[in-house]
Amino acid sequence: MFLDSIDKLSAWQKDCRKKSEAHKVKVQICLGPGCLAAGADLILKEFEKVFKKHKIKDVPLESIKKTGCHGFCSRGPLVVIEPKGIFYGKVKAADVAEIVEKTLINGEIVERLLYTDPDNNKTYTDWKEIPFYARQTRISLRNVGQIDPDNIEDYIARGGYAALAKVLKSMTSSQVIDEVTKSGLRGRGGAGFSTGKKWATAAKAEDTPHYVICNGDEGDPGAFMDRCIMEGDPHSVLEGMIICAFAVGSQQGFIYVREEYPLAVVNLQKAIEIAREHGLLGENIMGSGLSFDIKISRGGGAFVCGESSALMRSVAGEIGEPRAKYIRSVLKGLYDKPTVLNNVETFATIPVIMDKGAAWFSAIGTKRSTGTKAFSLAGKVRNTGLIEVPMGTSLREIIYDIGGGILDNRKFKAVQTGGPSGGCLPENKLDLPVDFDTLTENGSMMGSGGMIVMDDRTCMVDVARYFLNFLVEESCGKCVPCREGLFQLHKLCEKVCAGKAFEEDLKLMEDLSRVIVTASLCGLGQSGPNPFLSTIMYFREEYLAHIKDKKCPGGVCRDLISYVINDDCNGCMACLRVCPVNAISGSKKQKHVIDQVLCDRCGSCYAVCNFEAIDIV
Amino acid sequence: MALSVKHDLKKIQKVIALSPAAGESLIMILQDIQREFHYLPKESLAEVAGYLDIPLSKVYGAATFYKSLSLTPRGENIIRVCKGTACHIKGADLILEQLHSGLKIRPGETTPDMKYTVEVVNCVGACAMAPVMIVNDKYFGNVKCSRAMRIAEKG
Repeated sequence: MFLDSIDKLSAWQKDCRKKSEAHKVKVQICLGPGCLAAGADLILKEFEKVFKKHKIKDVPLESIKKTGCHGFCSRGPLVVIEPKGIFYGKVKAADVAEIVEKTLINGEIVERLLYTDPDNNKTYTDWKEIPFYARQTRISLRNVGQIDPDNIEDYIARGGYAALAKVLKSMTSSQVIDEVTKSGLRGRGGAGFSTGKKWATAAKAEDTPHYVICNGDEGDPGAFMDRCIMEGDPHSVLEGMIICAFAVGSQQGFIYVREEYPLAVVNLQKAIEIAREHGLLGENIMGSGLSFDIKISRGGGAFVCGESSALMRSVAGEIGEPRAKYIRSVLKGLYDKPTVLNNVETFATIPVIMDKGAAWFSAIGTKRSTGTKAFSLAGKVRNTGLIEVPMGTSLREIIYDIGGGILDNRKFKAVQTGGPSGGCLPENKLDLPVDFDTLTENGSMMGSGGMIVMDDRTCMVDVARYFLNFLVEESCGKCVPCREGLFQLHKLCEKVCAGKAFEEDLKLMEDLSRVIVTASLCGLGQSGPNPFLSTIMYFREEYLAHIKDKKCPGGVCRDLISYVINDDCNGCMACLRVCPVNAISGSKKQKHVIDQVLCDRCGSCYAVCNFEAIDIV
Repeated sequence: MALSVKHDLKKIQKVIALSPAAGESLIMILQDIQREFHYLPKESLAEVAGYLDIPLSKVYGAATFYKSLSLTPRGENIIRVCKGTACHIKGADLILEQLHSGLKIRPGETTPDMKYTVEVVNCVGACAMAPVMIVNDKYFGNVKCSRAMRIAEKG
């Protein structure tokens, strides 16, 4: 339907709802990044094959829904059968025929594919009751995993574009900005700047034209929330951007997506075209007089392009080097014009705030960090995936209640938040509420929402070295403190890992960090030493173990450990086959031996041994 | 040697013409060329500069600044190993060790028969399934190092 007036939307919504209710049973196949990596594409093909072969009563081929990330990635590939919410995990292509026969035809449950809580052996049928989901509040992720991103009718049926209609019909731009300001929404990209204030500044700027940019660069390693929103619910991002364009008086928007997310580019492009066809983008949107269009700009895989001024240069086709921000980019941004730059998750949240009101939103979360925040939970935690919780939820609740605790019942060591600019928090900080200010006060930061859990087999010095290496590679090289400082800091960190550092080096590293933080041009350098600063703050004894005892407590740093085979070895030859330097000898059913001269301590043998027959000493 | 391969100029021009001749298209044009040829052939850079009417140095600057762009030819099969934080702590290095032992190349290198290129990427956003490797755009999650070579070869 082409919407030439705002009033037509509600009729269309009714149509879409009717259509959606016509097929009661929906077979939702998650095609999020996690499930795809587990082979979800094969499951989809198999379902389509079986559906084409057997006609099932009341369940036509259209009942198969290709959705974005449903969330519970470690159970992937996921198949969810609505309306009952039957949640099948770790589905194999061979299971599909059985699901069709038992569940879709006979209405029975395939028990073995359900989720069983390993702690109490309770089995769940409905996904909404599984602790992983039950403890979440989904706002920005409200549609992700529930709708087919290519089908705008799915989005409309769930109330999509109704917020935009409300804004265009009954609000002025300053009312919109007031509402966003009152909601207390802070930028979800990590810095946590008030979205309402940013919009107000841009709206007031006299220079024209005004631009709206959505930051989908998500360069933080360990974060994939924005990816899942762009892939799984692209229209919510567009709707948020259009509302922003109305508020700040913009006619042209850009979505900057990183090259590593090809599916996000495809889905956003389709969504933009479909929105245009329906009169939701382009000239005179829904007959309201507002004209706004969106272009996609593909990034080139540079982390620094997540920084506002670098991103804007990259959108303009330049090299993504940041500039000093004496004048903020909201006043002089893209092509030196006033520019609102918000993160994907921020834009996806806007329609809900407009729909339900600022008071509703600000009642969720904490006083200074309102609403919810999406996180990608990964690392050594049992349940990995995409989650969204109210601000103020404790780290412990996230890791233990939603995440199900540490993988293989090992001991928790640290949780890393905020990507390379963030930090690692130890066990005694687990009860901290997760919000912008608390995390910053404790030496980490919210960042875009990556949350990586580490167990006792992780070396914190190695983690610092890893991030510093990342930042050295990603530093654009424009300013000296970042380019040279991080390089030297990384070298010193390597020295610690090699067991060649002295205690005085730690002091040098701390001094150097201060210089980098103070003197760097942009956020990359200013927060660059954080991985070191937070680990030295909470895990100094681990640094000292490397320096004084020449030991790596996590058993990671190659120069300080050796692998030895113990008497539990049953001679299965798994380690012998995997050793990349052929340092392991032995014959079948005989205890193997590692040649310490040949061994380069990569740990492959340790990773493949199923009998705990390899010790790290 | 592959470096001296002459590419069909017409084919390059066709790829370039997909984007409008505006400065903001630069990075996207380079990406499109790379998708077609797996790298940026030398002659394509001058073509892009001519098309956008900008100095060659600017094209070269962008081509060397952005990580996803490569000036050296890459193999038929691109094997990418994710080195995001989650993949790092879950053993991405072990995958690289296996690829090195099997293919005798380190990240950034291509086998002499031009069949495989191994690359490291910062994060592909499939962290929940770490460690992840990607063979020609197909994702593989929870990769055990013992399976790395098989995945690389079979895709």
